[in-house]
Amino acid sequence: MNEKPHVRLEILSNPLYLCGARELVSAVAKRLSFDEMACCQIALAVDEALCNVIRHGYDRQPDRPIWLSIFPEGTPDRPDMLRIVIEDEARQVEPNVIKSRDLDDVRPGGLGVHIINEVMDDVRYEKRGPVGMRLTMVKRVATESASGGPASCGGSESSPCPGCNHG
Amino acid sequence: MVSPKGDLDMSRSPALRNSLRSVQGDKPVTLIVNLASVEYMDSSGLATLVEAMKNAKSNSTKLVLCAMNQKVKALFEIARLHHYFNIVASLDDAIGA
Repeated sequence: MNEKPHVRLEILSNPLYLCGARELVSAVAKRLSFDEMACCQIALAVDEALCNVIRHGYDRQPDRPIWLSIFPEGTPDRPDMLRIVIEDEARQVEPNVIKSRDLDDVRPGGLGVHIINEVMDDVRYEKRGPVGMRLTMVKRVATESASGGPASCGGSESSPCPGCNHG
Repeated sequence: MVSPKGDLDMSRSPALRNSLRSVQGDKPVTLIVNLASVEYMDSSGLATLVEAMKNAKSNSTKLVLCAMNQKVKALFEIARLHHYFNIVASLDDAIGA
């Protein structure tokens, strides 16, 4: 990937720093005119993705690197979409085995992939060269007709807003 | 009653898990988890509460979640767990449940 991200963050794989990553992506998305519901969803997806890297990729080692890059696409002041890329040096897995589990089997854990798929428009996992994984997530700006009008942070039954720290 | 505060994410869910396990060790008849001061929750928080619910069922404890904000409630809906838990709007409702 040759294009430069507009924002790039490197953090250690320590859950302590999840809040900072959430706040960063939420604030950037808000400044790029995403509505509050979308900002909350993007922050949640990033949180879940980072948790998965820490938990499954690095086996909870707290001192490994994770890179988060943000690529707005469209005009500078009014992007059509936000592309977020999360890269690591963690253990590689085949992308096609990363799947949501059966939600009817109620048990702790395993919800992160489902949540990411629910709140983002496109999700792609791939191996990152010889080491590590890359997750690319896309969130498109909601159109009036698609969203049914301006969205609040509270969301709705059909399109719930999972929550960042807005409001 | 257990009343977690702040963000229930991967860094803070273990503390709630310990609190719940401690309280559930006494096998209470009813356990209220007051989420009024929880601003944000991710799947780590959900997993903690699912584990608490499973423990509650095995102990015949009535577990009630109350006062969650709209953002937290939405997460339960995304994970399709809102029907699995006894969720009420307020602490008063939980006490009366």
